[in-house]
Amino acid sequence: MAIGWYLTVSALIFCIGASGVLTRRNPLVVLLCLELMLNAANLALVAFARMWGNEAGQIFALIVMVVAACEVTVGLGLIVAIYRRNLPIDVDELHELNG
Amino acid sequence: MSPTTFGWLVLLFPLLGCIVIGLGFKQLKGRSSGWIGTGAIALSFAASLGALFSLLGRTPAHREITSTLWSYASSVGVDAKLQILVDPISVFMILVVSGVSTLIHLYSVSYMKSDRGIVRYFAYLNFFVLSMLVLVLAGNFVLLIVGWAFVGAASYLLISFWYRRSTATRAGIKAFVINVVGDVGLVLGTFFIFRDTHTVQFLATFKDIHHVYHKDSTDLVAGCVLFLVGAFAKSAQVPLHTWLPDAMEGPTPVSSLIHAATMVTAGVYLIVRLHPLFELAPTAADVGAIVGCLTLLIAGSIGVVVTDIKRVIAYSTMSQIGYMIMGASAGAYSAALFHLMTHAFFKALLFMAAGSIIGAMAGDQSLDRMRGFRKALPFTFICFLVGGLALSGMPPFSGWLSKDDIIGYLSHRGGLFFVLAIGGWIGAFITGLYTFRMIFRAFFGDPCPEAQELEHGHLAHAEVPRNPMNGEVEDTDVGFPGPEHVIAEREWPMRIAMSILALLAVVGGFIEIPGVDHVISTFLAPSFVGSKLAAEQPSTKDAWIGLIITPILGLAGITIAYRYYIARVGASTKLQERFAPLHNFLVNKWYFDELIDLVVVRPALMAGQLTESVLERVVIGEGVTGGVVGAVRAGSAAVRRAQTGFLRYYAAAIILGLSCVALYFLISST
Amino acid sequence: MSAVLFFIAAILAISGAIGVVTLRNPFYSVLALVGHLVALAALFLLLRAEFVAAAQVVVYAGAVMVLYVFVVAYVGGGEEYAAGAALRILGPLFALALAVELCIAMLGTGLSGISGKGAPYVLGFGTPRQIGRLFLTDYLFPFEAASLLLLVAAIGAVVLARRRRGLDEEEAADPDFQRRLHQRRPTFTGTMAEGAGLRVAIEEIEQVRAAVTENAPSRPPTGVTE
Repeated sequence: MAIGWYLTVSALIFCIGASGVLTRRNPLVVLLCLELMLNAANLALVAFARMWGNEAGQIFALIVMVVAACEVTVGLGLIVAIYRRNLPIDVDELHELNG
Repeated sequence: MSPTTFGWLVLLFPLLGCIVIGLGFKQLKGRSSGWIGTGAIALSFAASLGALFSLLGRTPAHREITSTLWSYASSVGVDAKLQILVDPISVFMILVVSGVSTLIHLYSVSYMKSDRGIVRYFAYLNFFVLSMLVLVLAGNFVLLIVGWAFVGAASYLLISFWYRRSTATRAGIKAFVINVVGDVGLVLGTFFIFRDTHTVQFLATFKDIHHVYHKDSTDLVAGCVLFLVGAFAKSAQVPLHTWLPDAMEGPTPVSSLIHAATMVTAGVYLIVRLHPLFELAPTAADVGAIVGCLTLLIAGSIGVVVTDIKRVIAYSTMSQIGYMIMGASAGAYSAALFHLMTHAFFKALLFMAAGSIIGAMAGDQSLDRMRGFRKALPFTFICFLVGGLALSGMPPFSGWLSKDDIIGYLSHRGGLFFVLAIGGWIGAFITGLYTFRMIFRAFFGDPCPEAQELEHGHLAHAEVPRNPMNGEVEDTDVGFPGPEHVIAEREWPMRIAMSILALLAVVGGFIEIPGVDHVISTFLAPSFVGSKLAAEQPSTKDAWIGLIITPILGLAGITIAYRYYIARVGASTKLQERFAPLHNFLVNKWYFDELIDLVVVRPALMAGQLTESVLERVVIGEGVTGGVVGAVRAGSAAVRRAQTGFLRYYAAAIILGLSCVALYFLISST
Repeated sequence: MSAVLFFIAAILAISGAIGVVTLRNPFYSVLALVGHLVALAALFLLLRAEFVAAAQVVVYAGAVMVLYVFVVAYVGGGEEYAAGAALRILGPLFALALAVELCIAMLGTGLSGISGKGAPYVLGFGTPRQIGRLFLTDYLFPFEAASLLLLVAAIGAVVLARRRRGLDEEEAADPDFQRRLHQRRPTFTGTMAEGAGLRVAIEEIEQVRAAVTENAPSRPPTGVTE
């Protein structure tokens, strides 16, 4: 398959993830959609790696995976902490970091 | 040593005195600052004598010498240098100024001895003498303006010397503001002249003047009128005279030095120095002469009714300077300077004596309460008498010869000037009247309580120190007069100074007796070489006719004063009641203060208030600054609304931004 | 053949993505994501990225998603609030705009780089051996940095989620709980106090104090660490 197909799929998944981030109110789901976007980027990276015959893209994709794992860890830790303090698990209710 | 070296020395000593006293104010104890100040001016007088003799050692044709220290500004065509001009006029002036100043410094040493601000006083006084000497020694317009401005500043500092008195500070401000009006006139006049002659130096200007202007050209007349404005402000001529009576708020030696002998004569000096310009612009000269005559009459009339002794002498000063301005504008240059010299002698003497009697009255200055001090203050009485006779033009005192020198010249010149001479004679009559009114009221009659106390050897003391003008209670700490009052009978510095001046007031005129000797006019002649007016002098016969008329009029004034104040007690009060409206008009000083207030002060205040409330508050405060602030606030508020704290909106913003960037790249790549 | 596989995997991936976004129950969203990840792994295999695909399945779908499942079970969040007003429409709209732009970018420009089948296949491309060699030579720094990042994240998560409030009042007032808390542990059981050498010191102090003051009330030893 031409690389363009893979890139199109990647773009679609990215945009679906973006709309999910913008639309959902449960922070857990927002994080999930964030994962979607990261995976789309991974797909694009690997596709380009295949296209150029250069494994750097795959290495990059692996590092992205590591980063995604770290980010999920910390994010979930935050959500657990929020839950422990009996605050609503709702992105719209948690807006005090403003001004 | 050349005359100009002496000239620089004349300037150096007061400068050093001022700096030493000013900087050493913590170290100088007691009256040491007074002795330093007096010594500095005495050295300056010695240097003036040196300048005189070295100038006399040159031939008359070579007696106008300039000397430059350095160049201030030599660009855009201006050639301003730190340059002095030593010629007969300036040597005459520095002799008078430094001589009389030395005596007044000596007097002040005892007068101000208990004042806590004595060091500051002598620093200011030395600064004043320095400025006056700079003014008269200046060789170009720029240095003249510098001296002029400094003199005004020194006058302000010294008038409001007792700065905790509200009347004194107000008087100082009034004097300064009116002097600034004069400064503006002087500076503008300089610009007018400079525009056409392209030089600011005196000698160069006088040489070129005939090529640049024709007779009575408008530019020259305008420039000269502006110079006259400056002269009038400094010499307290109508209508810029209202500051002089109020300036009596300063200590008496200050009044004697600045407002009798030196600063107020700066206007006369100006006209005499710039005589080539005035001769080429007779219109301006006529204006000067008329104003001088008006002033002498108006001031004399007010002097007859005021009750504060210092203000009587102040109006007398105004009147005599009117004579000098009249004479200088008309062309009687050496006569005007001669009268300047003798006036310095007897007026300073009168002020010093007034200081003594005010001390005897424990600070009270009102003639209403002074009476019968003849036995208690004999020395002061004699000094007053000598000064008063000289002022009234009685022979053989100096005032007789000098005053008539002016009037004689005016009557000889004829035309308009003869009318002015008649004004001068009327003025002579009024002078005798007010002078001896003052003397008879203060020294004759039953002694007042203070005089009685003094006859028993006890100097009166007020229990509560008060402001003599408005009776406000004050204390004797710094900023107010000191606790001790002094009289001449008990202080030897005062007696020495007054005796020297009394002697000069008696014999000072003898150097210029018509037909016998003309020391002054011969000495000053080289400065007036090209002047046509100076060459026309009245004949000896005419001069002696005038010399007989003037004292007769003066004597008439004295007799009337005798009649009203000694012969018939209470006659003056009856006269006052009969002519109450006239009396009111005169006591209110011809309502000049009110007129100036209405015409100048109130509009200025209203303009200021209007500007403040409208322009400052609304336009700038709320409009410009407020507008900018409001715009920034509104902008910030608008931007702040993006900081909602809602995660999703931030994400939306990011996605939107990303789309826009991608769009841009899409478009730019096609 | 590969085209068919590609389409199947792609459709599964996209539907998984849509599922994540639209399913109400977060637990179902997690499951949809797992499916999406597996489909993506298939796509990776089609792109000759074997190691990445394996890592995707083992690490991402296997470990990270399991962590997610635990948290979703703990936190719950069954009832989903309605999505906020404006963004319910604008959100998908922005995303759509982005998608359109990206597609135009890819399809419209006819990038020379992304047409054709790509580079010729080199044997060993994408194998674990290759990846490992690269990690330890050319890309050593990112490798180490990523490890550091993992460490930091782990510590961070622990710090974020731990209990910090100490004893609340009822526990502090409960004498039973206090007794159990401060009870002397038998020696050589490896308590922290023992490890720090405090237990021996405390016993000696207690003996001295008991010798000095007979009726000294027993106080909780201050050396016990939390």
